[in-house]
Amino acid sequence: MADKIYRVNMSDLSSSIEDVPESWAGLGGRGLTSTIVAAEVPPTCHPLGKHNKLVFAPGLLTGTMAANSGRLSVGAKSPLSGTIKESNAGGTAAQFFARLGVKALIIEGKPVKDVLYSLHVKKDGVVITEAPELKGKGNFDTVNAILAKHEGKTAVISIGQAGEMKMAVSNISVKDPEGNIRSAGRGGLGAVMGSKNVKCIAIDAAESSAVEIHDPDAFKAAAKVFAKALVDHPVSGQGLPTYGTAVLVNIINEAGSLPTKNFTSGQFEGAEKISGETMLELMEARGGKNRHGCHPGCVIRCSQVYNDANKKYKTSGFEYESIWAMGADCCVDNLDQIAEADMLMDDIGVDTIETAVTFGVAMEGGLLPFGDGAGILKMLKDDIGMGTPLGRLLGSGAGVVGKAYGLTRVPVVKNQAIPAYDPRTVKGIGITYATSTMGADHTAGYAVTANILNVGGTVDPLKKEGQVDLSRNLQIATAAVDSAGLCIFVAFAALDIPEAFSAIVDMLNARFGISLTADDVSALGKTILKTEHDFNLAAGFTNKDDRLPEFFAEEPLPPHNVVWDFTGEEIDAFWDF
Amino acid sequence: MQITVKLFANFRNNRFKNEPRTIAPDTTVRAIVAELALVEDELGVILINGRHGSLDQRLSEGDTLSLFPLVGGG
Repeated sequence: MADKIYRVNMSDLSSSIEDVPESWAGLGGRGLTSTIVAAEVPPTCHPLGKHNKLVFAPGLLTGTMAANSGRLSVGAKSPLSGTIKESNAGGTAAQFFARLGVKALIIEGKPVKDVLYSLHVKKDGVVITEAPELKGKGNFDTVNAILAKHEGKTAVISIGQAGEMKMAVSNISVKDPEGNIRSAGRGGLGAVMGSKNVKCIAIDAAESSAVEIHDPDAFKAAAKVFAKALVDHPVSGQGLPTYGTAVLVNIINEAGSLPTKNFTSGQFEGAEKISGETMLELMEARGGKNRHGCHPGCVIRCSQVYNDANKKYKTSGFEYESIWAMGADCCVDNLDQIAEADMLMDDIGVDTIETAVTFGVAMEGGLLPFGDGAGILKMLKDDIGMGTPLGRLLGSGAGVVGKAYGLTRVPVVKNQAIPAYDPRTVKGIGITYATSTMGADHTAGYAVTANILNVGGTVDPLKKEGQVDLSRNLQIATAAVDSAGLCIFVAFAALDIPEAFSAIVDMLNARFGISLTADDVSALGKTILKTEHDFNLAAGFTNKDDRLPEFFAEEPLPPHNVVWDFTGEEIDAFWDF
Repeated sequence: MQITVKLFANFRNNRFKNEPRTIAPDTTVRAIVAELALVEDELGVILINGRHGSLDQRLSEGDTLSLFPLVGGG
């Protein structure tokens, strides 16, 4: 049976199932969420008002046997950046949607009544139920409450207290196979869900069926080549499964690009203590576990089970970005405190990057001293989680806190916090931060590959030459990968092993009975970027917003002592395609 | 002359994290890699004082040489 669009109107608490318009048929994941948001959301609307819409979509390959294809895209106008937003996550929801034939779930309108709701997505429609008992609950309690209510396998999407309070740092959580959670982290999408009073979405596996494959034999052959390439590439086959993404802490630190003490240095004295190598040692000593996948069918398995000193479970999905942000950027060199914060942030439902960078800015402002991990934990629990006036301030993100403290060193682009690579010494990622339609986002065009990691070519990270082209090519390819529902880490293999990239195209063709070429995939990526860019322009953004904060051009970053030196004109050339 | 060699990820297995070494002047990175019994094909990134280097590069007094397998994440 053909996939359908499921639509929920929270103004009149109704739902409908619609045919997929022809122009949306070839889209999935980010391509579909951004197309729907651009088509149906007025660009100038208030992100928390009734005109914004929250859109969930599995990728084009999600639900199939394709390795690493279980990503869920979530789109809306962002309350943090004011731009269009797509944030994606692992977990089981995307595969459940795909197998139910849900091409996208659109949540629109705004309830009249001040009560929380829970949605139950089933084959024959969406049931909307009042759920006042979930008010004020964290994500873990919410997931458990939903699982207790439903028999059999259920995927769960939820928000924590931060989303209910409509904080700009709030995220959307997705249950993983073990009942822990993964996050569509960036851009404050939890607040959009909270603004529609939707606390959680349960997705029913009953009545689900295998997704239709037009040419099963060809699909199987391509999927095999693809999975083999992922396992054969040293990054996705060895480094990530063994050390997790935190394997980056040491290399980015050695390269002098690990933003430290609110972006005042490129090296952190405590880097070794928070590195992937140290994490592995601790996991081995404490009965933790590496090689843990965030969704069934993942062959990379970069997640892990991180136990505390008493060998009790503490957190999983313990990522480089989260570790860097609370670690180097806030000068906390205690991995256990960072793990505790990671778990708390998952529970409250806040983006670990935005929130920890906000603490870095607040530390510079004098709210608490750099290195005060215990202070961060207390404020996460007692202020952000409880919604005190201070918690509301911190929950507004790095840009707002920078203003509140009268600071000039505020690392944001389009009001979204800059992540874990300093743009002065990884200039390609700086171009991505400046130009991404999402605000500062490393995943949008991960130039760290060629700049630092020697993957997908080599471009000197300290020079300007080649960076705009590198970022553009990566952003185009990433928009396409995000539409397939593939994890971005497949890019390491796809950039280095030609068969891996062709296998993606072959799988798309075999799934839908079409005959895309590599050029068509690239054209898809370009169209998505332009659709998103047009939305932002119509929302009031201009090329002057595609700039990094002034301090990057004026404060040389130790140890290489270089500054950000791109002109506006050079950056604007990004959009020449 | 004195240099510091730093190893990362699985290169540390049965070797070390960080070691000062005395080497002859004009020693290349390749010679150090061979001395440590690292497989050249497995080398992902060579950093000399935090900047990308090559196997043929000659080391100078006080250099820090950091060797990584291919790694990635984000």
